[in-house]
Amino acid sequence: MSEQGLVLKVEEYRIEEEPYYEALGSEIEIFEAAYANHLPVLLKGPTGCGKTRFMEHMAWRLQRPLITVSCHDDLTASDLVGRFLVKSGETRWMDGPLARAVRCGAICYLDEIVEARKDTMVVIHPLADDRRVLPMEKTGELLQASDGFCLSVSYNPGYQSVLKDLKQSTRQRFVALEFSYPSAELERKVVCSESGIDVSMAVNLVKFAHMTRNLKGGGLDEGASTRLLVHAAKLMSSGVAPVAACHSAISQALTDDADMLSAIDELASSLF
Amino acid sequence: MSNTDFNQRKAVQRQLDEWLEVEFTFRETDELIEPLFALPVKTRRFVLNWVERIASAHTEMAYQFALKSTHALTVLDEAGVESWLLFVLEQYDRSGLQPAMAVIHDVENFQQHRFERESGSLYEKKAAILTPFVRGLSGRALKLEVSRDDSAWTDSETLYLPALVARLSDKKDNFLLHKAMAAHLWAQTRFGTFQCDWLQALSVYPDPRQALALFHALETIRLDSCISRYLPGLYREMQRLRAALDDTAATAVFARQASVLQSASAQSRDSLQLLGKLYGDCKAPVCCYQGRMEPQIVQSVMRARQQREKALIRVKLAEMAEEHARQKGREPTDSEFDIQQKADDELNDHFEFELSIQEDALTVPPDLAQMLTSVMLDFSEIPNEYLTPAGPGEYDLSAYDETAVESEDVWKGAYHEEGASLHQEWDFARQCHRKQWCVMRELEVKPLYDDFYQQTMQKHARLIKSLHRTFEMLRGEDKLLKRQTYGDEVDIDALVEAYADTHYGLEMSDRLFTHKHKVERNIAVMFMVDMSGSTKGWINDAERESLFLLAESLQILGDRYAIYGFSGVTRKRCELFRIKSFDDAYDAETRARISGIEAKDYTRMGVAIRHLSGLLNQVEARIKLLITLSDGKPEDYDGYYRGEYGIEDTRMALYEARRDGVHPYCITIDKEGQDYLPHMYGAANYTVLEDVAMLPLKVSDIYRRLTT
Repeated sequence: MSEQGLVLKVEEYRIEEEPYYEALGSEIEIFEAAYANHLPVLLKGPTGCGKTRFMEHMAWRLQRPLITVSCHDDLTASDLVGRFLVKSGETRWMDGPLARAVRCGAICYLDEIVEARKDTMVVIHPLADDRRVLPMEKTGELLQASDGFCLSVSYNPGYQSVLKDLKQSTRQRFVALEFSYPSAELERKVVCSESGIDVSMAVNLVKFAHMTRNLKGGGLDEGASTRLLVHAAKLMSSGVAPVAACHSAISQALTDDADMLSAIDELASSLF
Repeated sequence: MSNTDFNQRKAVQRQLDEWLEVEFTFRETDELIEPLFALPVKTRRFVLNWVERIASAHTEMAYQFALKSTHALTVLDEAGVESWLLFVLEQYDRSGLQPAMAVIHDVENFQQHRFERESGSLYEKKAAILTPFVRGLSGRALKLEVSRDDSAWTDSETLYLPALVARLSDKKDNFLLHKAMAAHLWAQTRFGTFQCDWLQALSVYPDPRQALALFHALETIRLDSCISRYLPGLYREMQRLRAALDDTAATAVFARQASVLQSASAQSRDSLQLLGKLYGDCKAPVCCYQGRMEPQIVQSVMRARQQREKALIRVKLAEMAEEHARQKGREPTDSEFDIQQKADDELNDHFEFELSIQEDALTVPPDLAQMLTSVMLDFSEIPNEYLTPAGPGEYDLSAYDETAVESEDVWKGAYHEEGASLHQEWDFARQCHRKQWCVMRELEVKPLYDDFYQQTMQKHARLIKSLHRTFEMLRGEDKLLKRQTYGDEVDIDALVEAYADTHYGLEMSDRLFTHKHKVERNIAVMFMVDMSGSTKGWINDAERESLFLLAESLQILGDRYAIYGFSGVTRKRCELFRIKSFDDAYDAETRARISGIEAKDYTRMGVAIRHLSGLLNQVEARIKLLITLSDGKPEDYDGYYRGEYGIEDTRMALYEARRDGVHPYCITIDKEGQDYLPHMYGAANYTVLEDVAMLPLKVSDIYRRLTT
């Protein structure tokens, strides 16, 4: 078995330019402190409120490569740790993204951790406490995390169901940072600088987002996220009419229910 | 007249005599024959078909239609006659014979009415859009209801909108007018029309009604300008509608006189001031979407709300103060809260509050924020007396508790349809649905903590063991797939073979991995248990036993399941008893509810199937099953549901369920089930058990066969 195997090129995961991020509160300082103390971080919050962008920003700030894994219900432990591959007639070990991050001190970000299969949790547990080790059953190795390594996971409490809840044994290992929609002023600033539309349009878009958030629980599972606003704003700055942009980028993304769609479109057409 | 003609006429008359029950009603069918035979054969058949269908609802209506049919066909085409008659039946179901007869006699105006219904905006159809539209706008969470007369008004909590808006020729414009009415009423609550003491102020005028009209007109100008800033898109449309309905000319002069109200800082008291100047000088113009104002109702609703909100806010603050003191390890004090409204200048479209006690900031829970917003709309600030936490026992909140009304109490009251869900029912004779016909309410089975569960477990101990074994085998286990192109492990057998292949100069296969495939049972099942009077005694025992055994088996499989019992007396009182919902756990309480299943009244199946398949459809699952445990045919107290009507309605309900992706199945102990079940459920979708005692043994077994 070859030790080098097929190597994930970590340097490609380094972020060179500063990703745009507006702090909501003291999350940057807390993350830096957690990183310095080797504590894993849990990001909580609704979809599209800037969790992933925050991770990119922190990776740039700390000058560490960022390896992101989007979890899905078929993601197994070996997808994270690694597996044997067959090449030129022999088996070769290939590190998974998590093992790679542990080895070379990158930040490993497991997005939507609750979506992953239960057995993956077992793998991250020893990494997320003071041991900071990754046991690799198949190669018999016990990988000690290097100094720069940081584990961070995200989770959306909005979808809480019995099946998609984080176990106490998992959640009690993390420093938790809560994300919510930014204040109206901040959100307007984000929309403007991400898309380049003018302020008055951005103001209306933020108003529209608040209208959809008023409907949370009254027919919508979630209101429009900042990400959706940026999408709509980008369409608008490319010349799409505001109502059409809101319809395609926001209403359609929020619901499939015909009446609800019409109601949201009515709100948009009232506003623009 | 030829002999055949004569015979035909006789035959038609015999039919009419039968449908119209002339034996009892002594109606003369002779006069119907000649006009009918003047019609072309196809049209005559059409008319006769409808006479029969309407006669199944009421013979007098059918007779009147038969009399009017020739005339109706000159006014309307066949499709028109059809929608006219459907409307007659709908009126009959909803409001009784007299209103239905009025529609029959007024066939000339039906054309106009039909046009209005087709091109107009109907509240019942648009409520699903307008309600979230209003909720999405900032401010108090408003309710929408249909107005009893045809004008729009609000009591400051509920917006009452006309049932039909058809003033314009275009359907879309009519909807816009509906929407503009809703937005105008919303603006009254949002931009402080009711903040000043207007009832008092209006009463000093010699003619308070004229003063109110003028005040309303002035407020309309002020609110329009608020809407133009807050919802510019809607404002443009509102202007267009006014132009189309030609009511801008009158207001233009008036608006100039009231131009001060168009500034962003104008408030309702400015309108009152201006009213003093303009009263007597000019007539109040009426705008197409303004509706009317009801000062007395608004005032009484506001008073009640202010008391309620004050109590609820102060009690909530007391809870928060206590919690805060506990966290800080201090004794709770009765210190006041401080509240700040976050200033957001131009983005100030919703209220955000910052709450603090003893200089510690607290997060505002959503329910409190909602109440504070409502108080802001009434007073434009939060009065200090609202911010003192309530003392112990100061308020009795039960008076404000809307959920305190028990479903069972509502049944007993005069307005027993409140909060119930209404379902349609299929009338096979009319060949159409009776809309909103059945009043269905979900109730809960009272848990009965006895030893029936233990007895069942003992009685069937051996069966349970074997059930456990069989069901464990069914449980989705991970399957190891060999020779895959991609997977978790290397498949050694495949690799060895591949080596050998390359040795012989053959191409190496790329299928060298094993992959663990997770087999998931993605099934949701709804059990609909007959709780009719006929199940009393040992059938009920057998039902309960089989539910216990089934639940034990399902716990092993991990399939999601719910159990509901159904019963009821007449269409006005259909009942579903919740025994276990999809979210409930199979715990002691659920077991006690299964024990508590008892025989009740009748078996109106259609409505239960419609309601339960609706619930089942809210669950995400690949396979959805609706399994009925029953002991006989559908029947109900009101005689007509017995027999063909009930069977056809149930059949239609099952057809609708299947159309929505639900698989129905029936397990019955009715020995005559063979006669009607194939018609209702389809040839292979039912089981008739000969012996009641077999029910507990068979149900789990049938379930296993169904889902594998």
